[in-house]
Amino acid sequence: MAIAEQLQEFCGERRRDLVRFANLQLRDEALAEDVVQETLLAALQGSDAFSGRASVKTWLYSILKHKIVDTLRSRRREVPLSGMSNADDEDEGFETLFDRRGFWATEHKPHRWADPEDSLEQQQFWQVFELCLDRLPARTARVFMMRELLGLETAEICQELAMAMTNCWVILHRARMGLRLCLEETWFTR
Amino acid sequence: MMNCKEATQLMSQELDRPLTWRERLALRLHNLMCSGCHQYRQQMAFLRRALRSRSGGD
Repeated sequence: MAIAEQLQEFCGERRRDLVRFANLQLRDEALAEDVVQETLLAALQGSDAFSGRASVKTWLYSILKHKIVDTLRSRRREVPLSGMSNADDEDEGFETLFDRRGFWATEHKPHRWADPEDSLEQQQFWQVFELCLDRLPARTARVFMMRELLGLETAEICQELAMAMTNCWVILHRARMGLRLCLEETWFTR
Repeated sequence: MMNCKEATQLMSQELDRPLTWRERLALRLHNLMCSGCHQYRQQMAFLRRALRSRSGGD
């Protein structure tokens, strides 16, 4: 399939996927639309540069990720991270998962998830997944998505957000803990 | 022995930085004896796979 044709697919129905991806991180639908628009435009203009080694999807997402990083950077100047709602410093209820000695409380001990790979193919799973991501406190979500969706290294994130490395690790740990717990309660129920 | 709370912290950090050999060893010993943490580690790996597939990684 010619690259123009493949890009057209992303201007149509698969465009929604790109917008949702951007919105997860920007939490601003209009801004997400703009960023995706710019991405598609950049892709069309730069389609000669597309090497064909990666899939069009991978290529588009890599452009989109750069645009999101740029947007986050420029917005940070307007809304400093420290000003974001910050439930992060509070205990998110993870303490009750463990007993006093720090071992899993019996009722919270992780159990095997049934067919997790199979879930990846189900649209419903992704709806639940996004709801769970949305439930993370704003600052936690920001750091986590920079790491996992934008694929930045922890050192870059800390530098970008002017945070100590250990603080970054704590936040990432809480994000994973929260996401896991949410999935277990809503999707991988016992 | 390392407790589960500490183990979960290391299982998150191993996705963000290389653990020292001491940490790797302690974690491995813990997980050999703890089925909950063994599952937790699989689930962390799954979360990463899910997120990577979501962001256009092939």
